Amino acid sequence: MSIARRMVGLIAAVGLYLQLCACSPLEPWVKPYERERLADPIMAFDRNPISSAYMDHVFEVRNAARGGNGAAGGGCGCN
Amino acid sequence: MQLKPSTGRAGRWLAPAALALVSGLYGVASRTDVLPEDRADAQASHYSGGGQDINGLSFLVRKKVGDHVSLSYSHLEDIVSGASIDVRTSGASPYREKRTQDGLTGEFLYGKTTYTLGVTHSYEPDYRSNTGNFGISQSMFGDLTTISMTYRRTWNDVFKMECLIDDKALNYPCVEKVHDPGFGKKDMDERSYGVGLTQILTRNSLIAADLEVITDQGWLSNPYRSVMYADPSGGASLAAEIDPSTRTSNALGLDYKYFLPWRAALDLQYRYFEDTWHIRAHTAQLGYSQPWRSWTFDTSFRFYVQSHADFYSDLFASANQQNFMSRNRELSSFDSLTVGAGASYQFKMPYAPFLSKSTANIRFDHFFFDYKDFRDALLIDPSKGVVAGTEPLYKVQLNVMQLFLSVWY
Repeated sequence: MSIARRMVGLIAAVGLYLQLCACSPLEPWVKPYERERLADPIMAFDRNPISSAYMDHVFEVRNAARGGNGAAGGGCGCN
Repeated sequence: MQLKPSTGRAGRWLAPAALALVSGLYGVASRTDVLPEDRADAQASHYSGGGQDINGLSFLVRKKVGDHVSLSYSHLEDIVSGASIDVRTSGASPYREKRTQDGLTGEFLYGKTTYTLGVTHSYEPDYRSNTGNFGISQSMFGDLTTISMTYRRTWNDVFKMECLIDDKALNYPCVEKVHDPGFGKKDMDERSYGVGLTQILTRNSLIAADLEVITDQGWLSNPYRSVMYADPSGGASLAAEIDPSTRTSNALGLDYKYFLPWRAALDLQYRYFEDTWHIRAHTAQLGYSQPWRSWTFDTSFRFYVQSHADFYSDLFASANQQNFMSRNRELSSFDSLTVGAGASYQFKMPYAPFLSKSTANIRFDHFFFDYKDFRDALLIDPSKGVVAGTEPLYKVQLNVMQLFLSVWY
C-alpha cells in the first residue's frame, strides 16, 4: 500500500471522526492564554515569506521532488 | 522501454477523503479568525555556481482591506547568465536571459474560514506560465487545529530559442534570439491537489502536515537538453531527450516546531516524495532560531536524496535504445546538503512613524550536490584513455545570498 493511499485513508478517518465529534464540543487542551510561546514570531512556519518563496524555487528547479510544502509556484527558470 | 501510464491513482482516492473532511467542517462552530499582517518585503538575491549566475530582485506587499479581505501582490525579476554543464556539454554558448513573475492573491475571511484566490504570471523568452490557485482553510477546536485544501492549475507554453545574430567576440555571443519555428509552441498543463493540517500539540509545540498530488500533461522534456550515446571511437554523440508526456507525483511533508525554554525555536522537517517516473526522494531539515536583543539568528541543515527516473541514463547504448530517454541531471540519482545561516535586525525606521516595525535581513546558503550516476562529460578524452562512461562523476557547489528588508504597517 503506497504512502499516499495510507495518508488518504488517515485523512478520511480524521474527517469521519470530526463528524462524530460535531455533536459535542471538544475542549481545547491548550487554552488561548497558554499560547504566548506559540505566538512568538520565531514559531511561525513562514516568518520570511519572500525568502522562503525564493528558496522553494531554487530547490524545485534543482531537485525532482516537488510539493508537500504548501507553496504555489509558477515559471521554470531551469535551463 | 515502456512506462506505466499515469493513472492519477492518489487523486481518485483523494476525492472521498476531501468529501469526508468538508462534511466534517460543517459541524464546527464559527468564530472570528485573523488575516495575515500588513507588511512589505523587498529582496535582492544572488545565486552562483555550476557556471551560472542568477541575480534577482523581488518585492511582496500585503494589505488588509476592511476586516475580511487581505490582498497581496508580488513581483520578481531574475537575470540568468553563464552556461551550466548541460549548455557546455551540448556545445552551446553562454547566454543571458531575464525572467519576470507577478502574482496577485486575495484572502477572504468569513467566520473561521479563510478562502484564498490567486493568479500568477511568469514570463521568460522561451517559457510562459499562467497559474490560478484556490484554497480554503478552517480553524477548529478552539483554534487548536486548522485544516486546509488547495487546488492549483498551471498552463505553460514552452518555446525553443535560436540565435539569429551572433558575435563570437562577446561574452554572450547571441545578440538576437527568436523562437525556433521548427519547434513551435508546446503546451504543458499542471494540476495540483493539496490537503493540509496544522495542529497545536502542546503550549510549546505545533506540527503541520501537507499532502500534495501534482499531475502534469504535455511537453515535459527540455528543448535544450540532450542524451548521450556511446560511439565506437570511445567518445559520445548527442540526441534530443524524450520524456513521457504525463507525470503524477505524491509528496507528504511534515514540519514540527518546538519552543525551547530559553526563547529559541527548533524546526524539524521531513518530506517523502514519489512519482510515476519511479523517482523516490527524502528531504530532512533541521532549523534553529535564536533571538538576542534586537537580533534573530537562524541556521539550518537540509539533506536531500533521490533515486533516478527509470528512463534516465548517463550514457545510452544507441540513439534509439528505448522510447523514453533522458540525461537530465535533475532526474538522476544524487544527494545534496544545504547549510544555511541568517541574521535579522529589528529597528525603528527613521522618519516613518506609520511603520510599526522594520527588519533588515541577510541569509546565506551553501549547497553541495553529489551526483551518483551523472558524469562530467566535458572530461571525456579518448586520446588520454578517458572514454565515455569512465569520466568522473559530477559534483557541484552553489551559493545563494539574500538581502531583504521587511516593514510592518
